Amino acid sequence: MATEIALGELQSTAPLPMLGRLHEWVITVDHKRLGLMYIGGGLLFFVIAGLQALTMRLQLAVPDNHVVSPQVFNRLMTMHGTAMVFLVGMPILTGFFNYLVPLMIGARDLAFPRLNSFGFWLWFFGALLLYFSYIGGDGLYGAGSAPDVGWFAYAPLTERAFSRGNSTDYWILSILLTSVGSTATAINIIATTFSLRCRGMTLGKMPVLVWLAVVVAFMMLLALPPLSAAQVMLLLDRYLGAHFFDTQAGGSAILWQHFFWIFGHPEVYILVIPVFAFASEIIPVFSRKVIFGYQVMVAASCAIAFISMGVWAHHMFAVGLTPAGNAFFATSTMLVAVPTGIKIFNWIGTMWGGKLRFRVPMLFSLGFLFQFLVAGLTGIMLGVAPFDWQLTDTYFVVAHFHYVLVGAIVFMIFAAIYYWFPKATGRMLNERLGQWHFWLFLVGFHLTFDPLHFAGLHGMPRRIYTYQPGRGLEGINLIASIGALVQALAVLIFVVNVGYSLAGGEEAGPDPWDAWTLEWSTTSPPPEYNYAKEPEVHSRRPLWDLKHPEDPDWLYE
Amino acid sequence: MASAALSTIAPPVAEKWELPARGRVGIAALILTETAFFSIFVIAYIFYIGKSLTPPYPRDVLTPPVVNTICLLSSSLTVMFAVRALRKGNTFVFAVYWLTTIALGLEFLIGTAVEWHRLIYHDHFTISTNLFGTTFYSLVGLHALHVTAGLLMLIIVMLLTVGGHVNSRYAEHTEILSWYWHFVDAVWVVVFTTVYVIGR
Repeated sequence: MATEIALGELQSTAPLPMLGRLHEWVITVDHKRLGLMYIGGGLLFFVIAGLQALTMRLQLAVPDNHVVSPQVFNRLMTMHGTAMVFLVGMPILTGFFNYLVPLMIGARDLAFPRLNSFGFWLWFFGALLLYFSYIGGDGLYGAGSAPDVGWFAYAPLTERAFSRGNSTDYWILSILLTSVGSTATAINIIATTFSLRCRGMTLGKMPVLVWLAVVVAFMMLLALPPLSAAQVMLLLDRYLGAHFFDTQAGGSAILWQHFFWIFGHPEVYILVIPVFAFASEIIPVFSRKVIFGYQVMVAASCAIAFISMGVWAHHMFAVGLTPAGNAFFATSTMLVAVPTGIKIFNWIGTMWGGKLRFRVPMLFSLGFLFQFLVAGLTGIMLGVAPFDWQLTDTYFVVAHFHYVLVGAIVFMIFAAIYYWFPKATGRMLNERLGQWHFWLFLVGFHLTFDPLHFAGLHGMPRRIYTYQPGRGLEGINLIASIGALVQALAVLIFVVNVGYSLAGGEEAGPDPWDAWTLEWSTTSPPPEYNYAKEPEVHSRRPLWDLKHPEDPDWLYE
Repeated sequence: MASAALSTIAPPVAEKWELPARGRVGIAALILTETAFFSIFVIAYIFYIGKSLTPPYPRDVLTPPVVNTICLLSSSLTVMFAVRALRKGNTFVFAVYWLTTIALGLEFLIGTAVEWHRLIYHDHFTISTNLFGTTFYSLVGLHALHVTAGLLMLIIVMLLTVGGHVNSRYAEHTEILSWYWHFVDAVWVVVFTTVYVIGR
């Protein structure tokens, strides 16, 4: 008790020395700080894994290139994929939920702040462990350092007999740790939204973002365990001589694939539903209209979550399942398109007739909308089993899922950063630099990933370190590599923008976008306790009600 | 001014604003994710029934641990009585039932240890013997691990009780812990059915 008071006095008088401030961040249990640490950590790994992608594009810029060796290329490919999913996508998105969910429901913190901190540090050290493999993985001479088994790590190729040394163990343990961390966050988000909503905020009045946060949290609870369980089995195989994936003892060669994709496909939606959530908050504010079809939006998200649990084997058409299996998984895959289409129409309906403001968050949202549509369409193409047989493991698949992961998710993450940066820091991000960032990133993205569809249609296989000249692939690959450089330049501008705006950006004030959800009713950045007095809400746009007492929303809901 | 106007025209919020306790929601979420985790091991077990290439097969070495099962299932009852007693403020009855729960849980663990000892030293049957061994030891072991974790938590509460720190204010906490214990019991019903009934 006494130490708490002393700390409070310290805060209010002189700024703490460097070490003291660092210590404060390490011991914090504040959801806002942990959220920012998640996002900051995720962005750091975004740059690292992005540079790895850039190296691969350099290697592939011209045929028969020798920038990196085949072995190094395999490691780059594995680390890039694993890091982008578990060390970039997951922490940034859970970081946003960490930061926003309590603010949006008028709570002072998550339900279990210490569990939250525990989850963050599990993620952090899990992430370090993955990259530490470059130093520590060389346990067996000639067996390689970093994992080189692909982000999917198909057993039995990851068994001891085929994957010597320690590199695969680093992959297993690192991802196991980060998954446990994510599970902790998911439990926290669910308990928070069920138990800590402020007075008047019924489930039907929660912002769409909070709804989708709960949906994603439930998906994490159900989809992460299959991966963790399979990883435990693989560890048992590798260290105790068990035979889960050992075909010589009668084990199955495709059981791992099933377990991995039972996790892996919902994982795609665990990553994309949060950006649906961002879009559902940002697009209305920049269209000056309420979200079109709130209930349908929520219902569609629940439907996507439900259906996505039953589509995993569309990643395995080439394995040779039964015709009935192929038909089932092709059909269920098509089915996802229905609720997804509903959401796209709802966002367009929100913009329709609105007073659009083309600020940077809105620009990124529009890019997201268009690119996500294209990604969905190529997804439907790949969901058709015979089409998939033709194009499986080609660059068409690479182009398709990068349209989802970059074109939709990364674009929308940037939109969210531009939108909520003022809330978290009290400063606006520079608009002009932001415009440069957006347009360069857009051009770079399309230069890279549009041609790769055609590389795939021409039969260029993925995960291969080079290709031969004279097969019509040179031009496509050169353009794609130039596009990667343009994207890197855009990200560099973004990094400069963050530094520049933190130091001397325009003061934001509590509500720079004239928005309607609760987080904009407190100061920027919010105090540690968020709200001095617990808010009371009567509609889905509580801040609108406060600003327009003569015409409150609850009259119409 | 604005807030005054708001308070006059805002629709009255229902007087009662009660949300579920965060501990209950949290433990329910944990149980949900643990269920998913166990399901994968159960699926692997069922998938590999009859696929072992070498003996021993389940019928050769397994006998249903009936006493163990009775002990573990009845511990669900005793933990429930314990929580009920604590709610009424009867700490002594609570302590007796709580200790009984721990004893029953320990009996289960010892029973498992005896069974494994017999399998390993008498039947020379280990996790690396065949697919049956692989799935048997991992599924039953995973459950035993959860029993151990539950027992540790039960023992911590018991020590706190002996130290006089537990009273009716903590009935909610013990109830949440009891949910976990019920879950471990429920999992045993599934594991028992899978391993000793279907798999045999």
